[in-house]
Amino acid sequence: MAKGDPGVTTRGRRAAPRSKRAAAANGPELVQLLTPEGERIESATGPDGTEYRVDFTDEEYRGLYRDLVLVRKLDAEATALQRQGELGLWASLLGQEAAQVGSGRALRTQDMAFPTYREHGVLYCRGIDPIMPLGLFRGVDQGGWDPNEFKFNMYTIVIGAQTLHATGYAMGVAMDGKTGTEDGEAVIAYFGDGATSQGDVNEAFVWASVFNAPMVFFCQNNQYAISEPLERQTRVPLYQRAAGFGFPGVRVDGNDVLASYAVTRHALDNARLGQGPSLIEAYTYRMGAHTTSDDPTRYRIASEVEAWQAKDPIARMKAFLEKQQIADADFFAAVDEQARTESVHLRERVLEMPNPEPVSMFDHVYPHGSAELDQQRAQFTKYMESFEGSAH
Amino acid sequence: MSRIKEFNLPDLGEGLTEGEILAWLVKVGDVIELNQPIVEVETAKAAVEIPAKWAGQVRAIFHPEGSTIEVGTPIISIDTDPGAGPIEESTTGTPAADLPTPSAASLAAVEVAPAEGAVEPGLIGGPAPGGRTAVLVGYGPRTTAAKRRPRKGGVPAQASAPAAPVVRAPAVPVAPPTPVAPVAAPSDGNGRAGGPVLAKPPVRKLAKDLGVDLGTLTGSGPLGSITREDVQRAAAAPAAAEPLTTAAPTATAASFGADREQRIPVKGVRRLTAENVSRSAFTAPHVTEFLTVDVTRAMKALDRLRGRREWRDVRVSPLLLVAKAVLLAVKRHPMVNSTWAGDEIVVKNYVNLGIAAATERGLIVPNIKDAGRLSLRELADAMTDLVQTAKTGKTSPADMSGGTLTITNVGVFGVDTGTPILPPGESAILAFGAVREMPWVHKGKVKPRQVTTLGLSFDHRIIDGELGSKFLRDIGDFLSDPEAALLAWT
Repeated sequence: MAKGDPGVTTRGRRAAPRSKRAAAANGPELVQLLTPEGERIESATGPDGTEYRVDFTDEEYRGLYRDLVLVRKLDAEATALQRQGELGLWASLLGQEAAQVGSGRALRTQDMAFPTYREHGVLYCRGIDPIMPLGLFRGVDQGGWDPNEFKFNMYTIVIGAQTLHATGYAMGVAMDGKTGTEDGEAVIAYFGDGATSQGDVNEAFVWASVFNAPMVFFCQNNQYAISEPLERQTRVPLYQRAAGFGFPGVRVDGNDVLASYAVTRHALDNARLGQGPSLIEAYTYRMGAHTTSDDPTRYRIASEVEAWQAKDPIARMKAFLEKQQIADADFFAAVDEQARTESVHLRERVLEMPNPEPVSMFDHVYPHGSAELDQQRAQFTKYMESFEGSAH
Repeated sequence: MSRIKEFNLPDLGEGLTEGEILAWLVKVGDVIELNQPIVEVETAKAAVEIPAKWAGQVRAIFHPEGSTIEVGTPIISIDTDPGAGPIEESTTGTPAADLPTPSAASLAAVEVAPAEGAVEPGLIGGPAPGGRTAVLVGYGPRTTAAKRRPRKGGVPAQASAPAAPVVRAPAVPVAPPTPVAPVAAPSDGNGRAGGPVLAKPPVRKLAKDLGVDLGTLTGSGPLGSITREDVQRAAAAPAAAEPLTTAAPTATAASFGADREQRIPVKGVRRLTAENVSRSAFTAPHVTEFLTVDVTRAMKALDRLRGRREWRDVRVSPLLLVAKAVLLAVKRHPMVNSTWAGDEIVVKNYVNLGIAAATERGLIVPNIKDAGRLSLRELADAMTDLVQTAKTGKTSPADMSGGTLTITNVGVFGVDTGTPILPPGESAILAFGAVREMPWVHKGKVKPRQVTTLGLSFDHRIIDGELGSKFLRDIGDFLSDPEAALLAWT
């Protein structure tokens, strides 16, 4: 994906005629540009009348497909590594690739992202080595990437807390005068459907709205907060909550990488231009477990999973590329081979990750250390040394 | 590194200590690929498939399906280079004659040290007697040389300490798997015998500072854990601790014949049932009432129903009429369909009718959602579905949750009635006994009639004797003359 190339055109129309919204008859509107069967939809209209469309080159379409496949394969490798005892835990993104790659590729270089612990796809799009989160989940480091270098914050385990961090960061961006132009900065915060019930998220909504923070709230509604289904989170479609806070909300097909891109790019551009926050509800499905410690068969039925399999984000992109003759069998084989090679490489590097020295836990508490910390380190070192050479 | 690799059961959740092998997906001799699913393991958190860590050929499977394995125990061995010819002795570090399988006993007891060296003391604070290593988090016992050891101790137990490589006894390759004797480590009941030494970190610190080896102590705390006092006592009289050192409490346990008692692990449906009935029995004050009724007319009505063309393919059982009777009676007495919620009583305006079912997995109570809104025909179909689903073991958790009132059909076992225990959260449960031909006074004469006994248990916090009696009476009235009841009530 060419950076800086909008690749998307949108036309804002605040007062859409009601007839445009007739499609909402059997449920909330869903912005979709690629159907599960791989048919392209020219343009889609959001609830506020915004028209979304994308105009990618063939190379860019193939690039998105490659991203989706790589991200899924690396994720599967991480899950396998956990099952083999090489990671303590893993939160799989299976099924949510399109929402992550679409939104991740929509970010511009200067935009800042605040992830949960599942945004491996966004992390990949930000150019971070995919090994990084594996170090975190293997327990050998704290994550390892520089958030300022890659404009991608550390994983946040506390549910929804990152929306407040992101809003604070966005306030800083605004105060630095970095908004209001087409080269302005925007901030995106990722969270899930369960997080919408958190106080933090609602506080972030209020604050971002009232102070017009350059924010995009990107909710991947994967239908479950661990085992709690969506109907236990909300009585209205999540994107409609935005209206109550005073900013636009839109629901996008989160298994459609093109629509996810278009909607996110539009919301980011609004934010960077100083038009305030938006909420995107990427309607998707977590095909796997919440984490490797979870067993989804205990709370959801197989037929539901099957229904979502038919909406797979990668299958529809592949069908589209084939139908439009944008890619041939050689291309797909090459992508699969690349994915295989990268996953083998990932595995080898994970197995070689050195265990940290126990005393290293004192290293990053303060940027410049402290006298008290030095004392604690010395005590701990002495304690550890007392074990060696003991008589037995 | 050896070409024969043993895969240890990892901690599949966060801090799990064991897992049960549900099914092997490969067998000895299979050539497998990297990440190919090899085994299904159920832990306290989830049932998961484990993918192969190495490509190669399966040489041995160490535990049969159904066994419970501690984290860190080898479960399978894989030849990672099967094309390279016969195995050489030096490739494994254990005598060639012993290959490919570790002895069943050594595996079962988890007293085997990794072949390549000592076990690093686990996070619980080091090896316990017998060389076992307790691991609460991480990836199982480390197979590197031990770097850290307790400062003092000089304990005789070290004769069997993990530092010495354990030579594995010859064993039978497990294909098909031979049953492996008790897999779970034996325990003497105070958590000591084969188990980790239990003690809180400050106690461990104290022990270390005082030079007391925790492995030599018998704990007096909860679950046999070692307390601060135990350590201080041992430090005051160090000699006294010695005799306790390697006492093997398991040996004394064997004085009874092994076959005179059987120990069945409490798990799955049995555990759930036990928790539910105990909780219900000791929180909801139960009252049970009985009513014996002449159901001859009802049985005849059922026969006429079966004879109708549109009911030809429908399963019509006496339970169907009982269900209908209960649903109609609930409408007349809505309070029985309620939940005691501490400060308030939640009366439900819908009936999710539970039907207790005996299945191979044990007792389960799926319920028919909104049964009160169903026609008799829909109710019959729903009951047939429910029973079929239960029999095939496919009842989903959703089917079993949210019940509001339950029927238990103990009559199918040929008994007259019972005093059922309320499912938690419900206020009434009806036991439906066997329908028998009995002498009965009918129109002034003793005649053989079809008779059954109903038993109704209810939560006395919500339902008084009067309400319970009226409810039971109405069910009985319906069953003794369904046509009249239908005309009168609906």
